[in-house]
Amino acid sequence: MISQVSLRRIAFSLLGIIMAAPLLVVFGVSVNEKKSLTFPPQGFNLGWYGDLFRSSDWSDAVLNSAIIAASSAAFAVVIAFPIAWFNWRYRLGWVKVVTTIGLAPFLLPPVITALGFLSFWTQAGLYGQYFTVIVSHGIFLVSLPLVSLTLGFSTLDASLPEAAATMGADNRVILRTVVFPLVRPYLISGFAFAFVVSLNEYLIAYMTVGAVLETLPMRIFNSLRYGYTPAMASASIFFVILTIVIFSLVARFGDLPKLLGAHTK
Amino acid sequence: MNASSPRTIAGYLPIILPAVLLVVFFVVPFGTMVLTSCHENSSFGASETTLTLANYQRLLSPFFMGLLLATFGLAFGVAAIAIVIAFPFSYLLVNAPRATQICWLIFLLSILSLSESITGFAWSTLLSRTAGISNFLVFIGFIDKPASYTPGLAALVAGVVYTAFPYAVLVLYPILSRVDPHIEEAARTLGMSPLGTFFGVVLPMQRNTIVTTFLMLLVFTLGTYLMPQILGRPQHWTLSVVISDQALVQSNIPFAAALAVFLVIVTFLILITVVQFGRKERA
Repeated sequence: MISQVSLRRIAFSLLGIIMAAPLLVVFGVSVNEKKSLTFPPQGFNLGWYGDLFRSSDWSDAVLNSAIIAASSAAFAVVIAFPIAWFNWRYRLGWVKVVTTIGLAPFLLPPVITALGFLSFWTQAGLYGQYFTVIVSHGIFLVSLPLVSLTLGFSTLDASLPEAAATMGADNRVILRTVVFPLVRPYLISGFAFAFVVSLNEYLIAYMTVGAVLETLPMRIFNSLRYGYTPAMASASIFFVILTIVIFSLVARFGDLPKLLGAHTK
Repeated sequence: MNASSPRTIAGYLPIILPAVLLVVFFVVPFGTMVLTSCHENSSFGASETTLTLANYQRLLSPFFMGLLLATFGLAFGVAAIAIVIAFPFSYLLVNAPRATQICWLIFLLSILSLSESITGFAWSTLLSRTAGISNFLVFIGFIDKPASYTPGLAALVAGVVYTAFPYAVLVLYPILSRVDPHIEEAARTLGMSPLGTFFGVVLPMQRNTIVTTFLMLLVFTLGTYLMPQILGRPQHWTLSVVISDQALVQSNIPFAAALAVFLVIVTFLILITVVQFGRKERA
């Protein structure tokens, strides 16, 4: 009889290979000597990675993506934090409605949010402005910090702020000195999740500012249609590594299984 | 907690400000979209005066029926394949050592968050003639000469399952981690084999979980947008693709809005079913 441990080893190795295969092939393609997408690669050349920062069409896309991701993740956290805090502090029924609206954009297929924003910005006469994509992404991603912060607040011991209040601290002091330090890991991971998703988001960015600027996912899709180059493979691998590094940091400084809602045995 | 609600109006600001932002930037655009779907298309965008249901009448056309078939055919197929792989995998994962669990979670989260343009590109490369697995198949003598497997329905399904699988695991993982290990121990003590325990105890116990995860996967797959364009042919285009195509290429925002409203209603019905199942679970 085959044991669970050996079954697990076989299943995990098999799935590991299948899940990694597309990315490994892209990595192989990204180090081609000449401007062709062949695998196994012919020659070895890391020059295509340099192109990401040297050639302006790629470096502009990288920069745009980074700026949009950082500002929209910050915007999402700024909206989510007070909602999660208020919900925890007062437990009023109607606040749940606000929470639900915050979760809705991410639950619906992204094309809904994208189309909503396209007609909204057009009618407001702001279509194509840089900030519109930041606001759109921010609203779309509110649910990520909202979920992680709600989880964070729920782990707090209710007697902590009570004790602080008995000693004369008001709401603001309690929030700053007791509550905030305790939920900080959840705030950081909420930001990180939103950052990564914004970095990789295509459709909403494309439908709000696609006509005037390019993010990296757009740049990759455009070169997929209008001329293959190994630079798109190196850009993909760069984003894969960046994404893995950010989630590894979240796991390093926080409890990843718990953040994902698991019950730690 | 010493107060059940704020004592001053200013105390409500922390909830009112974000609520206003959500209303202005989500509820209003959403409402505008619903309204737009009832307007005729004109060269100036939506015409303001007349309300019409013509855009919704187009939902009864054969074109739309074909679109529905493509969209939901893909969603059902992908959801089924993803859950068949993800359920046993997640079961093995929650019982694995903690370090293994964390490695897989990081890897799966990364794959899930990767842009569709990256995963689509990766799969089109993997299935291409010049760089793909067919070269490997030639190498081991399985086929004679390299071939291209993309674009096509199989390529599209493979690509979408690739992102749906991590999603399914991340939905199942927290639920399966809460299962009382004593139940399985009891089954094993009573002489059931590991496989017997899985099929006879774990699987029936998680029937509701499987249904809700399947429904969540449907919603997730309905959002796929770039994969059908990269790995599929035009007849595989889904609602999401056609909505953006109508809005941006055909400049018919009212019809795009009507399609989007339809998509919202379907998604909403699926999510309501998920919530209902969750209630039953807790009751």
